[in-house]
Amino acid sequence: MTAVWHVGTVAETRTETRTETGTGRSLLLEVPGWGGNIAGQHVDVRLTAEDGYQAVRSYSLASSGAGQMLQLAVDKLPDGEVSPYLVDDIMPGDQLEIRGPLGGWFIWTPDMTDSVQLIAGGSGVVPLMAMIRSHAAVGSAAPFRLLYSVRQPDDAFFRTELDTPAPGVDVTWLYTRSAPEGWDRPAGRVTAADLAALTFPPSDDPAIFVCGPTGFVEAVASALVGLGHDPGRIKTERFGGK
Amino acid sequence: MATVHRVPGHVDGNALAGPLSEVFDFDVTTASARCDACGATAMLAEAMVYEKPHSFIVRCGSCDAVLMVVLQRADATELDLSGIAWLHVPR
Repeated sequence: MTAVWHVGTVAETRTETRTETGTGRSLLLEVPGWGGNIAGQHVDVRLTAEDGYQAVRSYSLASSGAGQMLQLAVDKLPDGEVSPYLVDDIMPGDQLEIRGPLGGWFIWTPDMTDSVQLIAGGSGVVPLMAMIRSHAAVGSAAPFRLLYSVRQPDDAFFRTELDTPAPGVDVTWLYTRSAPEGWDRPAGRVTAADLAALTFPPSDDPAIFVCGPTGFVEAVASALVGLGHDPGRIKTERFGGK
Repeated sequence: MATVHRVPGHVDGNALAGPLSEVFDFDVTTASARCDACGATAMLAEAMVYEKPHSFIVRCGSCDAVLMVVLQRADATELDLSGIAWLHVPR
């Protein structure tokens, strides 16, 4: 599967999060010649400056299936080279080079019937969103649960869509810095007790997908193993950072 | 000549899918590699990848030994595969 570079044109931009800690935006890209992708896959995005300098970054896709319209979501890293451009500057009609679809490991396909536990930190929800949408699009009967950890309510990507999930998908929120008024659980990082209370137990033998910053993914994955989950059932995608 | 720059940081082997698609005609991330140092076998997607400008250092998820180094030069990609004792590529 040699991946080729495609030219994508921005069709629409949507502000997803806007807080004092940062801004996140999703981009809809029309990519002629795109052959479709599996939920969970990513693309490489390449930007070329006028002097020929190029920067490449990987972004997960929130979209899947056939069709030439892709959605990716980007968190602005204050000192980043690429993300500020994608979040603040790029406009409908602008073009990007896209390589993919990439990765055949961190994926969910409609023939998978096992229970699925999704665990996201911040913009790590993007590939898991593709799985949730794929699950709904095919009418899968596989039980799905998402545990979504964000700093504060405004930091959530795809909030509206996740507040009204399709049947068979259960969404649980976890706040690490500030919780909505009246929320039972005080704000704080995800713990083994949270995972025990809010996710499928090891006895259900769920397929588990964890995506987020490196520290989040490592804390969650080791806590899951500590709870008795088979490490072979846990797939992770780290995107660097703290 | 164009330079390609990536952000440093430890990510998963998933990140190799794009860069190594320039070299191999299969998805390396779903290939299983046996670590020459400790003998553990895992998919390359599960390895730890440290990105530096123009290079990737790929380490074993079990023992941290270097499995592979990918150097991206302006005119070529170079691979040091000496940490991989065996590779299984699904058809």
